[in-house]
Amino acid sequence: MADWVEACAVDDVDEEDVIRFDHGGRSFAIYRSPENTFFATDGFCTHEKAHLADGLVMDDIIECPKHNGRFNYKTGQAKGAPVCVNLKTYPVRVEAGKVMIDIG
Amino acid sequence: MTTASSTKRDYSLVGESTRRAIESGLASAEWYHTDVPRKTMKELMQRTDGPAIRDTIIWIAAILGSAAGIVRFWGTWWVVPFLFVYGVLYGSSSDSRWHECGHGTAFRTRWMNDVVYHIASFMLMRNPVQWRWSHARHHTDTIIVGRDAEIAVMRPPDLIKAALAFTGILDFRYSLPTLVRQAFGTLSDDEKSYIPQMEQHKAVIAARWHMIVYAATIAVAIALRSWIPLVLIGLPRLYGTWHMVLTGLLQHIGLADNVTDHRLNTRTVYMNPVSRFIYWNMNYHVEHHMFPMVPYHALPKLHELIKHDLPVANPSMWHAYREVWPVLLRQLKYEDFYLKRELPPTAKPYRGEFHDLDITAAAAE
Repeated sequence: MADWVEACAVDDVDEEDVIRFDHGGRSFAIYRSPENTFFATDGFCTHEKAHLADGLVMDDIIECPKHNGRFNYKTGQAKGAPVCVNLKTYPVRVEAGKVMIDIG
Repeated sequence: MTTASSTKRDYSLVGESTRRAIESGLASAEWYHTDVPRKTMKELMQRTDGPAIRDTIIWIAAILGSAAGIVRFWGTWWVVPFLFVYGVLYGSSSDSRWHECGHGTAFRTRWMNDVVYHIASFMLMRNPVQWRWSHARHHTDTIIVGRDAEIAVMRPPDLIKAALAFTGILDFRYSLPTLVRQAFGTLSDDEKSYIPQMEQHKAVIAARWHMIVYAATIAVAIALRSWIPLVLIGLPRLYGTWHMVLTGLLQHIGLADNVTDHRLNTRTVYMNPVSRFIYWNMNYHVEHHMFPMVPYHALPKLHELIKHDLPVANPSMWHAYREVWPVLLRQLKYEDFYLKRELPPTAKPYRGEFHDLDITAAAAE
Protein backbone atom coordinates (compact mmCIF):
# COMPACT_ATOMS: atom_id res chain seq x y z
CA MET A 1 0.00 0.00 0.00
CA ALA A 2 1.29 3.43 -0.91
CA ASP A 3 2.45 5.63 1.95
CA TRP A 4 3.66 8.96 0.58
CA VAL A 5 5.59 11.16 2.97
CA GLU A 6 7.24 14.53 2.49
CA ALA A 7 11.01 14.05 2.57
CA CYS A 8 12.36 17.54 1.90
CA ALA A 9 12.00 20.65 -0.21
CA VAL A 10 13.35 20.54 -3.75
CA ASP A 11 15.96 23.16 -2.88
CA ASP A 12 17.28 21.13 0.05
CA VAL A 13 19.20 18.87 -2.32
CA ASP A 14 21.89 20.25 -4.58
CA GLU A 15 22.15 18.99 -8.12
CA GLU A 16 24.15 15.74 -8.27
CA ASP A 17 24.00 15.33 -4.53
CA VAL A 18 22.26 13.41 -1.77
CA ILE A 19 20.77 14.15 1.64
CA ARG A 20 19.60 12.03 4.54
CA PHE A 21 15.94 11.68 5.48
CA ASP A 22 14.87 9.86 8.64
CA HIS A 23 11.26 8.84 9.20
CA GLY A 24 9.53 6.42 11.53
CA GLY A 25 12.78 4.85 12.73
CA ARG A 26 13.96 4.30 9.16
CA SER A 27 16.62 6.15 7.23
CA PHE A 28 16.58 7.06 3.56
CA ALA A 29 18.81 8.80 1.05
CA ILE A 30 17.24 11.37 -1.29
CA TYR A 31 19.14 12.05 -4.52
CA ARG A 32 18.98 14.78 -7.11
CA SER A 33 20.49 13.64 -10.39
CA PRO A 34 22.46 15.83 -12.82
CA GLU A 35 19.28 15.80 -14.96
CA ASN A 36 17.44 17.41 -12.04
CA THR A 37 15.35 14.33 -11.23
CA PHE A 38 14.81 13.01 -7.71
CA PHE A 39 15.33 9.45 -6.45
CA ALA A 40 15.21 7.70 -3.10
CA THR A 41 16.88 4.62 -1.65
CA ASP A 42 17.48 3.05 1.73
CA GLY A 43 19.89 5.24 3.64
CA PHE A 44 22.44 2.67 4.68
CA CYS A 45 24.86 0.77 2.49
CA THR A 46 24.05 -2.93 2.15
CA HIS A 47 27.67 -3.83 2.92
CA GLU A 48 28.21 -2.22 6.30
CA LYS A 49 26.39 0.38 8.31
CA ALA A 50 27.50 3.60 6.66
CA HIS A 51 25.04 6.26 5.58
CA LEU A 52 25.05 6.93 1.88
CA ALA A 53 24.19 10.59 2.44
CA ASP A 54 27.87 11.07 3.35
CA GLY A 55 28.90 9.58 0.03
CA LEU A 56 29.53 10.95 -3.42
CA VAL A 57 27.03 11.19 -6.26
CA MET A 58 28.55 10.82 -9.72
CA ASP A 59 26.10 10.65 -12.62
CA ASP A 60 23.87 7.64 -11.78
CA ILE A 61 26.15 6.34 -9.05
CA ILE A 62 26.23 6.79 -5.28
CA GLU A 63 29.53 5.79 -3.72
CA CYS A 64 29.52 4.72 -0.09
CA PRO A 65 31.79 6.84 2.12
CA LYS A 66 33.18 3.88 4.05
CA HIS A 67 34.49 1.38 1.50
CA ASN A 68 33.72 3.11 -1.79
CA GLY A 69 31.08 0.54 -2.70
CA ARG A 70 28.99 1.77 -5.61
CA PHE A 71 25.28 1.55 -6.41
CA ASN A 72 23.15 2.87 -9.21
CA TYR A 73 20.81 4.97 -7.08
CA LYS A 74 18.17 4.98 -9.84
CA THR A 75 17.81 1.19 -9.88
CA GLY A 76 19.51 0.20 -6.61
CA GLN A 77 21.86 -2.12 -8.47
CA ALA A 78 25.09 -2.96 -6.63
CA LYS A 79 28.00 -2.34 -9.01
CA GLY A 80 30.52 -4.79 -7.57
CA ALA A 81 32.70 -5.55 -4.55
CA PRO A 82 32.58 -4.62 -1.78
CA VAL A 83 28.86 -4.28 -2.32
CA CYS A 84 27.07 -7.42 -3.45
CA VAL A 85 23.47 -6.79 -2.34
CA ASN A 86 21.26 -4.33 -4.21
CA LEU A 87 19.89 -1.23 -2.54
CA LYS A 88 16.13 -0.85 -2.04
CA THR A 89 14.66 2.05 -4.01
CA TYR A 90 11.45 4.00 -3.42
CA PRO A 91 9.06 5.82 -5.78
CA VAL A 92 9.47 9.59 -5.72
CA ARG A 93 7.31 12.47 -6.93
CA VAL A 94 7.63 16.22 -6.67
CA GLU A 95 4.61 18.25 -5.59
CA ALA A 96 4.53 22.01 -5.02
CA GLY A 97 8.27 22.19 -4.47
CA LYS A 98 8.30 19.23 -2.08
CA VAL A 99 9.95 15.86 -2.64
CA MET A 100 7.59 13.05 -1.69
CA ILE A 101 8.61 9.40 -1.35
CA ASP A 102 6.48 6.32 -1.09
CA ILE A 103 7.80 4.33 1.84
CA GLY A 104 4.92 1.88 1.88
CA MET B 1 53.10 6.30 31.26
CA THR B 2 50.99 3.81 33.09
CA THR B 3 51.28 0.07 33.07
CA ALA B 4 48.56 -2.49 33.09
CA SER B 5 48.28 -6.21 33.06
CA SER B 6 48.97 -7.61 29.63
CA THR B 7 46.41 -9.51 27.60
CA LYS B 8 48.01 -11.72 24.98
CA ARG B 9 46.94 -10.72 21.51
CA ASP B 10 45.57 -13.34 19.14
CA TYR B 11 45.96 -12.05 15.59
CA SER B 12 43.96 -14.84 13.99
CA LEU B 13 40.72 -13.54 12.51
CA VAL B 14 38.68 -16.36 13.97
CA GLY B 15 40.13 -16.56 17.48
CA GLU B 16 39.83 -15.20 21.00
CA SER B 17 40.64 -11.57 20.08
CA THR B 18 38.01 -11.72 17.35
CA ARG B 19 35.40 -12.81 19.84
CA ARG B 20 36.38 -10.08 22.29
CA ALA B 21 36.41 -7.40 19.58
CA ILE B 22 32.88 -8.31 18.54
CA GLU B 23 31.59 -8.55 22.10
CA SER B 24 33.14 -5.26 23.20
CA GLY B 25 31.77 -3.34 20.22
CA LEU B 26 35.21 -2.66 18.75
CA ALA B 27 34.30 -4.51 15.55
CA SER B 28 32.42 -2.43 12.97
CA ALA B 29 32.37 0.49 15.41
CA GLU B 30 31.63 4.16 14.85
CA TRP B 31 34.91 6.04 14.34
CA TYR B 32 35.91 9.59 15.09
CA HIS B 33 35.86 12.03 12.18
CA THR B 34 37.03 15.60 12.07
CA ASP B 35 34.17 17.92 11.12
CA VAL B 36 34.38 19.02 7.51
CA PRO B 37 31.46 20.91 5.91
CA ARG B 38 29.61 18.80 3.36
CA LYS B 39 30.22 21.31 0.57
CA THR B 40 33.97 21.24 1.16
CA MET B 41 34.06 17.46 1.46
CA LYS B 42 32.10 17.14 -1.76
CA GLU B 43 34.72 19.23 -3.54
CA LEU B 44 37.54 17.15 -2.08
CA MET B 45 35.86 13.88 -3.07
CA GLN B 46 35.39 14.90 -6.70
CA ARG B 47 36.87 12.41 -9.16
CA THR B 48 38.80 13.26 -12.24
CA ASP B 49 40.83 11.10 -14.61
CA GLY B 50 43.50 13.71 -15.37
CA PRO B 51 46.04 13.36 -12.52
CA ALA B 52 45.95 9.56 -12.49
CA ILE B 53 46.24 9.31 -16.30
CA ARG B 54 49.25 11.63 -16.19
CA ASP B 55 50.85 9.69 -13.34
CA THR B 56 50.09 6.34 -14.93
CA ILE B 57 51.66 7.38 -18.25
CA ILE B 58 54.80 8.45 -16.37
CA TRP B 59 54.69 5.22 -14.35
CA ILE B 60 54.33 2.91 -17.36
CA ALA B 61 56.93 4.84 -19.36
CA ALA B 62 59.40 4.57 -16.48
CA ILE B 63 58.67 0.84 -16.10
CA LEU B 64 59.14 0.16 -19.80
CA GLY B 65 62.21 2.40 -20.00
CA SER B 66 63.94 0.76 -17.07
CA ALA B 67 62.97 -2.70 -18.34
CA ALA B 68 64.56 -1.84 -21.68
CA GLY B 69 67.69 -0.75 -19.80
CA ILE B 70 67.80 -4.09 -17.97
CA VAL B 71 67.57 -6.02 -21.23
CA ARG B 72 70.12 -3.76 -22.95
CA PHE B 73 72.74 -3.78 -20.18
CA TRP B 74 72.19 -7.28 -18.78
CA GLY B 75 75.53 -8.83 -17.90
CA THR B 76 77.22 -5.49 -17.16
CA TRP B 77 77.33 -3.29 -14.06
CA TRP B 78 75.32 -0.69 -15.97
CA VAL B 79 72.26 -2.82 -15.33
CA VAL B 80 72.29 -1.96 -11.60
CA PRO B 81 70.63 1.49 -11.75
CA PHE B 82 68.00 0.11 -14.12
CA LEU B 83 67.30 -2.75 -11.73
CA PHE B 84 67.04 -0.24 -8.90
CA VAL B 85 64.46 1.88 -10.72
CA TYR B 86 62.52 -1.02 -12.22
CA GLY B 87 62.45 -2.87 -8.91
CA VAL B 88 60.99 0.06 -6.99
CA LEU B 89 58.44 0.80 -9.69
CA TYR B 90 57.37 -2.84 -9.92
CA GLY B 91 57.74 -3.96 -6.32
CA SER B 92 56.83 -0.78 -4.43
CA SER B 93 54.87 1.78 -6.43
CA SER B 94 52.48 -0.99 -7.48
CA ASP B 95 51.30 -1.06 -3.85
CA SER B 96 49.95 2.48 -3.93
CA ARG B 97 48.39 1.91 -7.37
CA TRP B 98 46.78 -1.25 -6.08
CA HIS B 99 45.55 0.69 -3.07
CA GLU B 100 44.12 3.76 -4.76
CA CYS B 101 42.56 1.87 -7.64
CA GLY B 102 41.13 -0.66 -5.18
CA HIS B 103 39.34 2.21 -3.48
CA GLY B 104 38.21 3.38 -6.91
CA THR B 105 39.41 6.90 -6.21
CA ALA B 106 42.43 7.26 -8.51
CA PHE B 107 40.44 7.61 -11.73
CA ARG B 108 36.89 8.78 -12.23
CA THR B 109 36.40 6.10 -14.90
CA ARG B 110 35.76 2.77 -13.26
CA TRP B 111 37.41 0.52 -15.86
CA MET B 112 40.65 2.49 -15.58
CA ASN B 113 40.70 1.81 -11.84
CA ASP B 114 39.99 -1.84 -12.47
CA VAL B 115 42.70 -2.31 -15.12
CA VAL B 116 45.43 -0.69 -13.00
CA TYR B 117 44.16 -2.52 -9.91
CA HIS B 118 44.55 -5.92 -11.56
CA ILE B 119 47.96 -5.14 -13.03
CA ALA B 120 49.23 -3.82 -9.69
CA SER B 121 47.77 -6.80 -7.82
CA PHE B 122 49.68 -9.12 -10.13
CA MET B 123 52.92 -7.21 -9.59
CA LEU B 124 52.45 -7.53 -5.84
CA MET B 125 51.53 -11.23 -5.96
CA ARG B 126 48.27 -10.32 -4.31
CA ASN B 127 45.04 -12.04 -5.09
CA PRO B 128 42.93 -9.10 -6.32
CA VAL B 129 39.68 -10.51 -4.93
CA GLN B 130 41.06 -11.53 -1.55
CA TRP B 131 42.88 -8.27 -1.02
CA ARG B 132 39.94 -6.10 -2.00
CA TRP B 133 38.00 -7.67 0.84
CA SER B 134 40.89 -7.70 3.31
CA HIS B 135 41.37 -3.99 2.68
CA ALA B 136 37.68 -3.29 3.22
CA ARG B 137 38.08 -5.02 6.59
CA HIS B 138 41.22 -2.98 7.29
CA HIS B 139 39.14 0.17 6.88
CA THR B 140 36.23 -1.11 8.96
CA ASP B 141 38.42 -2.34 11.81
CA THR B 142 41.73 -0.54 11.48
CA ILE B 143 44.29 -2.19 13.80
CA ILE B 144 41.57 -3.96 15.76
CA VAL B 145 43.29 -7.17 16.85
CA GLY B 146 41.43 -10.25 15.67
CA ARG B 147 39.62 -8.30 12.96
CA ASP B 148 42.12 -6.39 10.82
CA ALA B 149 43.75 -8.67 8.24
CA GLU B 150 46.46 -6.14 7.38
CA ILE B 151 48.36 -5.51 10.61
CA ALA B 152 51.97 -5.30 9.45
CA VAL B 153 53.78 -5.46 12.79
CA MET B 154 52.09 -7.41 15.52
CA ARG B 155 52.84 -7.21 19.24
CA PRO B 156 55.21 -8.05 20.68
CA PRO B 157 57.06 -6.94 17.56
CA ASP B 158 59.26 -9.40 15.72
CA LEU B 159 62.08 -7.04 14.79
CA ILE B 160 63.96 -9.58 12.68
CA LYS B 161 60.82 -10.20 10.68
CA ALA B 162 60.28 -6.46 10.29
CA ALA B 163 63.86 -6.01 9.07
CA LEU B 164 63.55 -8.91 6.64
CA ALA B 165 60.40 -7.36 5.24
CA PHE B 166 62.62 -4.80 3.49
CA THR B 167 64.12 -7.61 1.42
CA GLY B 168 60.72 -8.92 0.35
CA ILE B 169 61.74 -12.46 1.27
CA LEU B 170 59.01 -13.03 3.83
CA ASP B 171 56.29 -11.50 1.70
CA PHE B 172 57.46 -13.56 -1.28
CA ARG B 173 57.46 -16.71 0.82
CA TYR B 174 53.92 -15.92 1.95
CA SER B 175 52.42 -14.53 -1.25
CA LEU B 176 53.49 -17.14 -3.77
CA PRO B 177 52.45 -20.23 -1.76
CA THR B 178 49.20 -18.44 -0.90
CA LEU B 179 48.43 -17.95 -4.60
CA VAL B 180 49.32 -21.59 -5.31
CA ARG B 181 47.04 -22.79 -2.50
CA GLN B 182 44.21 -20.56 -3.70
CA ALA B 183 44.73 -21.67 -7.31
CA PHE B 184 44.11 -25.24 -6.11
CA GLY B 185 40.80 -24.04 -4.66
CA THR B 186 41.64 -23.74 -0.97
CA LEU B 187 40.92 -20.62 1.03
CA SER B 188 42.06 -20.38 4.64
CA ASP B 189 39.64 -19.85 7.52
CA ASP B 190 40.92 -16.29 7.90
CA GLU B 191 40.30 -15.58 4.21
CA LYS B 192 36.82 -17.06 4.42
CA SER B 193 36.11 -14.81 7.40
CA TYR B 194 36.30 -11.66 5.27
CA ILE B 195 35.59 -12.82 1.68
CA PRO B 196 31.84 -13.31 1.27
CA GLN B 197 30.92 -16.78 0.09
CA MET B 198 29.52 -15.50 -3.20
CA GLU B 199 32.94 -13.97 -4.00
CA GLN B 200 35.18 -16.86 -2.95
CA HIS B 201 35.17 -18.63 -6.31
CA LYS B 202 36.39 -15.40 -7.92
CA ALA B 203 39.43 -15.45 -5.64
CA VAL B 204 40.26 -18.97 -6.86
CA ILE B 205 39.90 -17.95 -10.52
CA ALA B 206 42.10 -14.87 -10.01
CA ALA B 207 44.82 -16.97 -8.35
CA ARG B 208 44.74 -19.38 -11.33
CA TRP B 209 45.27 -16.51 -13.79
CA HIS B 210 48.25 -15.31 -11.80
CA MET B 211 49.75 -18.79 -11.77
CA ILE B 212 49.26 -19.13 -15.52
CA VAL B 213 51.28 -15.96 -16.12
CA TYR B 214 54.04 -17.11 -13.77
CA ALA B 215 54.15 -20.52 -15.45
CA ALA B 216 54.38 -18.82 -18.85
CA THR B 217 57.19 -16.58 -17.59
CA ILE B 218 59.16 -19.58 -16.32
CA ALA B 219 58.58 -21.35 -19.63
CA VAL B 220 59.91 -18.36 -21.57
CA ALA B 221 62.93 -18.12 -19.26
CA ILE B 222 63.72 -21.79 -19.83
CA ALA B 223 63.17 -21.49 -23.59
CA LEU B 224 65.44 -18.46 -23.79
CA ARG B 225 67.87 -19.90 -21.22
CA SER B 226 67.79 -16.48 -19.60
CA TRP B 227 67.05 -15.06 -16.17
CA ILE B 228 65.72 -11.85 -17.70
CA PRO B 229 62.02 -12.87 -17.87
CA LEU B 230 62.09 -13.71 -14.16
CA VAL B 231 64.02 -10.57 -13.28
CA LEU B 232 61.28 -8.60 -15.03
CA ILE B 233 58.28 -10.60 -13.79
CA GLY B 234 58.11 -11.97 -10.27
CA LEU B 235 61.54 -11.33 -8.79
CA PRO B 236 61.06 -7.53 -8.44
CA ARG B 237 58.74 -8.53 -5.62
CA LEU B 238 62.01 -9.37 -3.84
CA TYR B 239 64.49 -6.74 -4.90
CA GLY B 240 62.11 -3.79 -5.29
CA THR B 241 59.91 -4.07 -2.22
CA TRP B 242 62.02 -2.02 0.15
CA HIS B 243 60.39 1.34 -0.58
CA MET B 244 56.90 -0.04 -0.06
CA VAL B 245 57.98 -1.37 3.33
CA LEU B 246 59.89 1.82 4.21
CA THR B 247 56.80 3.96 3.70
CA GLY B 248 54.09 1.44 4.52
CA LEU B 249 55.40 0.35 7.91
CA LEU B 250 55.02 3.88 9.19
CA GLN B 251 51.28 3.89 8.62
CA HIS B 252 50.44 2.32 11.99
CA ILE B 253 53.59 0.94 13.64
CA GLY B 254 54.07 1.65 17.34
CA LEU B 255 50.70 3.39 17.67
CA ALA B 256 47.61 2.25 19.55
CA ASP B 257 45.59 -0.83 18.68
CA ASN B 258 41.98 -1.56 19.58
CA VAL B 259 40.88 2.08 19.42
CA THR B 260 38.35 3.78 17.17
CA ASP B 261 40.07 7.07 16.45
CA HIS B 262 42.48 7.12 13.52
CA ARG B 263 44.44 9.89 15.19
CA LEU B 264 45.55 7.31 17.75
CA ASN B 265 46.44 4.41 15.46
CA THR B 266 47.55 6.02 12.20
CA ARG B 267 50.40 8.30 11.26
CA THR B 268 50.88 11.10 8.73
CA VAL B 269 54.48 11.69 7.68
CA TYR B 270 55.82 14.39 5.38
CA MET B 271 57.87 12.85 2.59
CA ASN B 272 60.02 13.90 -0.33
CA PRO B 273 58.34 14.34 -3.74
CA VAL B 274 59.84 11.15 -5.23
CA SER B 275 58.55 9.00 -2.38
CA ARG B 276 55.21 10.74 -2.61
CA PHE B 277 54.98 9.89 -6.31
CA ILE B 278 55.86 6.27 -5.60
CA TYR B 279 53.48 6.20 -2.65
CA TRP B 280 50.74 8.30 -4.28
CA ASN B 281 50.42 10.60 -1.25
CA MET B 282 49.54 7.79 1.15
CA ASN B 283 51.89 9.47 3.59
CA TYR B 284 48.75 11.48 4.49
CA HIS B 285 47.49 8.35 6.09
CA VAL B 286 45.34 9.66 8.93
CA GLU B 287 43.51 11.75 6.37
CA HIS B 288 43.08 8.75 4.08
CA HIS B 289 41.65 6.56 6.82
CA MET B 290 39.33 9.23 8.09
CA PHE B 291 38.04 10.06 4.61
CA PRO B 292 38.79 7.20 2.18
CA MET B 293 36.62 8.84 -0.48
CA VAL B 294 39.18 11.58 -1.07
CA PRO B 295 41.48 10.81 -4.05
CA TYR B 296 45.23 10.73 -3.53
CA HIS B 297 45.79 13.99 -5.38
CA ALA B 298 43.44 15.87 -3.01
CA LEU B 299 45.01 14.55 0.21
CA PRO B 300 47.47 17.44 0.67
CA LYS B 301 44.53 19.86 0.52
CA LEU B 302 42.56 17.74 2.99
CA HIS B 303 45.59 17.66 5.26
CA GLU B 304 45.79 21.45 5.30
CA LEU B 305 42.11 21.61 6.09
CA ILE B 306 42.04 19.24 9.08
CA LYS B 307 45.57 19.29 10.46
CA HIS B 308 44.41 21.52 13.35
CA ASP B 309 42.56 18.44 14.62
CA LEU B 310 45.34 15.90 14.13
CA PRO B 311 48.61 15.10 15.89
CA VAL B 312 51.45 17.04 14.30
CA ALA B 313 52.73 15.12 11.29
CA ASN B 314 56.21 13.63 11.49
CA PRO B 315 58.48 15.93 9.48
CA SER B 316 60.32 13.04 7.79
CA MET B 317 60.53 9.27 7.58
CA TRP B 318 63.76 9.42 9.56
CA HIS B 319 62.01 11.34 12.33
CA ALA B 320 59.14 8.85 12.38
CA TYR B 321 61.46 5.83 12.61
CA ARG B 322 63.48 7.49 15.35
CA GLU B 323 60.26 8.09 17.23
CA VAL B 324 59.01 4.56 16.85
CA TRP B 325 62.22 2.62 17.54
CA PRO B 326 62.20 2.99 21.35
CA VAL B 327 58.51 2.14 21.38
CA LEU B 328 59.19 -1.13 19.57
CA LEU B 329 61.98 -1.97 21.98
CA ARG B 330 59.66 -1.32 24.90
CA GLN B 331 56.94 -3.46 23.33
CA LEU B 332 59.32 -6.42 23.37
CA LYS B 333 58.82 -6.49 27.15
CA TYR B 334 55.42 -4.80 27.50
CA GLU B 335 53.29 -5.51 24.51
CA ASP B 336 50.57 -3.12 25.68
CA PHE B 337 52.95 -0.19 25.40
CA TYR B 338 52.27 2.24 22.54
CA LEU B 339 52.94 5.77 21.40
CA LYS B 340 50.07 8.10 22.17
CA ARG B 341 50.63 11.11 19.98
CA GLU B 342 49.88 14.52 21.38
CA LEU B 343 47.12 16.62 19.86
CA PRO B 344 47.52 20.34 19.21
CA PRO B 345 45.45 22.71 21.40
CA THR B 346 43.14 23.34 18.44
CA ALA B 347 42.11 19.68 18.22
CA LYS B 348 39.12 18.01 19.75
CA PRO B 349 40.50 15.84 22.57
CA TYR B 350 40.60 12.08 22.34
CA ARG B 351 37.22 11.07 23.62
CA GLY B 352 36.75 8.27 26.10
CA GLU B 353 34.00 6.57 24.14
CA PHE B 354 36.29 6.42 21.14
CA HIS B 355 39.43 5.00 22.68
CA ASP B 356 38.78 3.61 26.12
CA LEU B 357 37.26 0.44 24.74
CA ASP B 358 40.62 -1.23 25.05
CA ILE B 359 40.81 -2.91 28.40
CA THR B 360 44.54 -2.71 28.93
CA ALA B 361 46.83 -0.11 27.48
CA ALA B 362 49.99 1.68 28.43
CA ALA B 363 50.87 4.79 26.54
CA ALA B 364 53.91 6.99 26.09
CA GLU B 365 53.17 10.63 25.40
